[in-house]
Amino acid sequence: MTRFTNEILEHLGIDLPSEVSRRRFLKVFGGGIIVTASASDLLALQQSPARRRFGRALPDDFNAFLRIGEDGRVSCFTGKIEMGQGVVTSLAQMLADELEVSLDSVAMIMGDTDLCPWDMGTFGSMSTRFFGPPLRAAAAEAREVLIELAAEKLEVPREQLSVTGGVISSTVDPDKKLSYAELAKGQNIARRLDRKAVLESVEKFTIVGRPVGRRDAIAKVMGEAEFAGDVRREGMLYARLLRPPAHGAELASVDASGIEAVAGATMVVDGDLIAVLHPTPDGAQRALAEVEAKWKIPELDLDHDSIFEHLLKVAPAGETLDRGGDLDTGMSESVVEARHTYLDGYVAHAPIETHTAVAEIVDGKCTIWASTQTPFRLQTEAAEALGLPEGKIRVKTPFVGGGFGGKTANRQAIEAARLAKRTGRPVQVAWSRDEEFFFDTFRPAAVVKIDAGVGENGRISYWDYTTYFAGSRGAEQFYDIPHHRTVAAPGGWRGGPGTHPFATGAWRAPGNNTNTFARECHIDVLAAQAGKDPVDFRLRNLADKKMRRVLETTARHFGWLETGAPSGRGQGIALGIDAGTYVGLAAEVDVDRATGKVTVERLVCAQDMGLAINPQGATIQMEGCLTMGLGYALTEEIRFSGGQVFDTDFDTYEIPRFSWLPEIQTVIIDATSDPPQGGGEPAIIVVGAAIANAIYDAVGARLYRMPMTADRVRTAMVRSEG
Amino acid sequence: MTTTIRFSLNGTATSLEVEEDRMLLWVLRTELGLTGTKFGCGEGFCGSCTVLVDGKPERSCQLPMSSVAGKKVTTIEGLANNGELHPVQAAFVEHDALQCGFCTPGMILAAYGLLLENSKPTRQEILQHMDDNLCRCGAHNRIVTAIETAAAEMRKGERS
Repeated sequence: MTRFTNEILEHLGIDLPSEVSRRRFLKVFGGGIIVTASASDLLALQQSPARRRFGRALPDDFNAFLRIGEDGRVSCFTGKIEMGQGVVTSLAQMLADELEVSLDSVAMIMGDTDLCPWDMGTFGSMSTRFFGPPLRAAAAEAREVLIELAAEKLEVPREQLSVTGGVISSTVDPDKKLSYAELAKGQNIARRLDRKAVLESVEKFTIVGRPVGRRDAIAKVMGEAEFAGDVRREGMLYARLLRPPAHGAELASVDASGIEAVAGATMVVDGDLIAVLHPTPDGAQRALAEVEAKWKIPELDLDHDSIFEHLLKVAPAGETLDRGGDLDTGMSESVVEARHTYLDGYVAHAPIETHTAVAEIVDGKCTIWASTQTPFRLQTEAAEALGLPEGKIRVKTPFVGGGFGGKTANRQAIEAARLAKRTGRPVQVAWSRDEEFFFDTFRPAAVVKIDAGVGENGRISYWDYTTYFAGSRGAEQFYDIPHHRTVAAPGGWRGGPGTHPFATGAWRAPGNNTNTFARECHIDVLAAQAGKDPVDFRLRNLADKKMRRVLETTARHFGWLETGAPSGRGQGIALGIDAGTYVGLAAEVDVDRATGKVTVERLVCAQDMGLAINPQGATIQMEGCLTMGLGYALTEEIRFSGGQVFDTDFDTYEIPRFSWLPEIQTVIIDATSDPPQGGGEPAIIVVGAAIANAIYDAVGARLYRMPMTADRVRTAMVRSEG
Repeated sequence: MTTTIRFSLNGTATSLEVEEDRMLLWVLRTELGLTGTKFGCGEGFCGSCTVLVDGKPERSCQLPMSSVAGKKVTTIEGLANNGELHPVQAAFVEHDALQCGFCTPGMILAAYGLLLENSKPTRQEILQHMDDNLCRCGAHNRIVTAIETAAAEMRKGERS
């Protein structure tokens, strides 16, 4: 039995949170039993195919402390955050199962840089996939420690002990028993996960794999759940910042004399930050309206229509991601060929909670409460911005009101921290909706070109795929094609300087929405030209058993009619892979022939995600993906000219609403013996193509550009009729 | 220029010295410390600041204090009764009708407002009534189901 001493901590070599000295570590975490798990443990546990695929993207991440307190309660300290995706529930489920305790006795302490070990951030549908296995192993390790302790105290051989409901008892003499609380009392035990602990097999799970409601639901329906903007500090000021009218604009002059009209307003200039502060948020807003500024706006001949030509012009030579066979041979074998260019515009994250942060500096230490997906990155960024060591920055992450990738950027928190330093007062920065749209890291506009053909046997003979700024995620095709090549412009979806007129970033399943739209539309184009039904054509060209099952399941639940397209019925199908999960979606649409307006009547989605830790949570994520995906497919597009963004609120930037709501059916394919895969993103990638293919089936018009607005559908209909 | 505004807030008589052109949202969140009402856009487009004024859903970001004088204001904090969830809240929990939870208070009050006016709304009426309350996580179908459940529960309550 290892005792918890300084030497042991040294030996553990865990990345202690910067400010947590060994003494403090003990003070903070108290007594009990602590097991730590980190990336190196993860790599040993991770199955090799997943390691290969994600190996380069896996830094020293997925660290966690697990503590069995002296009261028997289980606490998990993790840098992951809860933004609606539900890990506050699914991670606790995994722990509870491995430890054989009730879900209620598990507390999740998330996104606090002083209490939680370093973490890369919450994105990429990785929490359950990569964080899950070591977390489970840590829990299994903790269980082993408890059993060892019980064997010692009860003087019973450990083989004769069993655990239920947090109580260890002798299988021979059931009166000999000890609870976790009794065992943990007075203990100071720390373990580092250094071996592959014996994990409970899936059949033994009583909590994992069962539907469980959200653990945060009650606080959220009561209005008690705390978000960053709800943090109140003594003497706090609300800040509004002067913003340029366009990206790249330079301030020519500023006159803030008008703010005198607003009692209590003050102005602060800190380098490039010009802010007005007020004891109330609306006071700050009124004061900002009194600031008169003149700007020099650079000329930039670029807008949401000309952007695609620009992207093709600035794209560096592509890199081949994958190739096989010989394209020339494939072309010579083809009887029908199709070459098309697919376009996708800029899309905003548009979480309902705008980027928000409160910063306070007390005795040289800065605490930041932020709506962020990356608390530890923010800690580093804030340390740099304030000129403080990282140990003097504490980031706390309350509930995050939606992220979708957009809250991996922390500009608002840095602004709050700088203003707190400058004023010596706690400062809140909560972006207005305008600011949220203006500074969002948009999903990048992108272009995909596909040249492909079909041979006499109805098999795709060649596939030549080039993606510009949609990155590689989802660019790999999974059809059984003898001659193929996949090329991506380097720099991924971000591109180099001069690529995009404003910031771009990761948006739910980055790049995959665009790539899957292009690929799955093109498959339907080929099917139509070859005179085959879209489902039949896919089956002819799929060898991958898992994907065949996803396709067959989707088509069966939908009631697919193999009529070939366009049938007038308005049915469309699309397949894709994201975050290790295979997904299929069938859509039924109605197209208003007069206006081109598309109504999605029904969506049937099947996915193979391996073991679903919380099937209820996974279902909700699928529904969320499908509903959110309607927006990028049908209406969402940032319109701009040069650096000026035109869509800055929900009046013109239309996100899905109740009246759009289709009937949604989701199917999670039984694959409980496979390791869990991602759940927060996969189902969104197939929405665009399934709808495009359904539109074609309905009216015979093919859309090559998203979003598929009524105008564009109408134009395509006129073109196809002409 | 401040004025005394008297109104009922979650059943409690409230009197405030406040500029009468200030929007209710900010007064609730700042002076009154009720942060359950959320700021989402400040222009009345998203519905996350929805509260009930005399039983009707209103956008508190568009509602000057002068217009609540003498009225009954209900916020999310005023729905549960001694810790017991209101049927609309309970139905949201039962159906997991939320994800990030940021739009949830506005959704619940918009739904409650509908049910006060129409105890048996059709699905179509629910969709129509809720259409200007935005949710980015895509919890819409569950919210609709929750409202249907809540409607049934509230009708039961009336009978008993």
